[in-house]
Amino acid sequence: MIDITNLHKRYGKIEVLKGVNLSIDAGKTTAILGPNGSGKTTLIKSILGIVKPTTGDICYLGKSILNQWLYRNEIAYLPQIARFPENLKVRELVHFIENLRDQKGNYEDLVNLFELKFSLEKRLRNLSGGTRQKVNLLLTFMFDCPVYILDEPTSGLDPVALIRFKSLLNEKRLQQKTILITTHIIHMVEEIADEMVFLLEGNIYYQGSCEGLLANHHETDLEKAIASILSNNHVENIKI
Amino acid sequence: MLKILKYSFYDQVRSKWLIVYTLFFLTAGYMILYLGTDLSKAIASLMNLTLILTPLIGTIFGVTSYYNSREFIELLLAQPLRRNHIFLGMYFGFSVSLSLAFFIGLGIPFLSYGLWYSHEVGNFVSLLLSGIILTFIFSGFAFLIALYNENRLKGFGISILFWLLMAFVYDGIFLISLLVFEAYPLEKFAIGISALNPIDLSRILIMIKLDLAALMGYTGAVFKKFFGTSMGMIISYCALAIWCTIPISWILFKVRKKDF
Repeated sequence: MIDITNLHKRYGKIEVLKGVNLSIDAGKTTAILGPNGSGKTTLIKSILGIVKPTTGDICYLGKSILNQWLYRNEIAYLPQIARFPENLKVRELVHFIENLRDQKGNYEDLVNLFELKFSLEKRLRNLSGGTRQKVNLLLTFMFDCPVYILDEPTSGLDPVALIRFKSLLNEKRLQQKTILITTHIIHMVEEIADEMVFLLEGNIYYQGSCEGLLANHHETDLEKAIASILSNNHVENIKI
Repeated sequence: MLKILKYSFYDQVRSKWLIVYTLFFLTAGYMILYLGTDLSKAIASLMNLTLILTPLIGTIFGVTSYYNSREFIELLLAQPLRRNHIFLGMYFGFSVSLSLAFFIGLGIPFLSYGLWYSHEVGNFVSLLLSGIILTFIFSGFAFLIALYNENRLKGFGISILFWLLMAFVYDGIFLISLLVFEAYPLEKFAIGISALNPIDLSRILIMIKLDLAALMGYTGAVFKKFFGTSMGMIISYCALAIWCTIPISWILFKVRKKDF
């Protein structure tokens, strides 16, 4: 569904992505993992056209997306930092995004799920960080899109909201949506991801199932397997 | 673009700083009008305030507004929208709301004072137009400075320096250069240099309209002598219109390839 070919991204002297080749299958949940600065967010932003690749190509359903914008009708994106126009009310923001996409959002269920009923009429500057993240989730999941791209969706969520978010994600998986997610919560990856992509210094270190990674590193716990990748200094000998 | 403009406008007009800005002009307008007796003198006094304050507020609020929207821009860029439309919508939403605050702030005192029954309507419109054009120009440069500088502190520093340069330093350099080269014919040089600063241009424009051009010294007198009142005004307006397009075109050029 999304095919990335030889993707390079350079910011000045720093090369963040060093020739990434990746295919994301339709209807699967793919988790992108990696330490801070490994290029996860840059990869996601490149797919969305927020970051312009230095070289390489990204195709959505076989067509290059470089300098295109209509394909984003089919993608719902959850940004890492939930900051919105401070003087707008939550309900106004929801209508704004609906208006921008020319799509009617189905948000009533999500308002109940994340207990946002009393926040709808509040201005965004008066909301706590966790509530803003719930609004962020609401804005993403209120549209029925084939693809959901989520950048650190769990940051700032309380345990109840986290459980509800996971149930929402499972619902989307059952609906055969293509989900791309970056997270540092390894247990969640084990729970929800069909496939994982491990990025290290701008390259793909591993792509496959969680079980495959465990087997490769003779571990039973994914967190330990990832810790061993990072601590055993495999960085210089990356093989894709 | 209109959708973004509309919401950017809604967001701005609810900002308390914009209300303070409106109230400031409202108070200044009433004070100057009711402390003096002459509408023409009130317009000349408010001209100085407008020429200093509208560029300053356009610059500072513009940079602040961009940095506050920085993360939200990422969300907008992920929507099915053209990049150009997002930034044009944000820029016009911001500039229009700031211009409206200025328009209301000065408009109410003058209307209630009886502007319509005087001969100063044209002069007042020139003052309003200059303030609005300066707001558009300096907001545009503020957005541009913020686009080029991810570091907020650096962005604020550069924007204040830019305002200082245009509002004060430029005139100083201009005067010194006139003194240094006083032995040479300087008329064309003076006109050219004035056209390179929108604040000077606006000052000349209002002065010509108020028929006070000779009072502002060399450039005003030269403008008046060279072009006469109507030609001088047309040329000033054209130069200001070109000034308006510079930051907008530059913003569009910059965002085409920028990573967010």
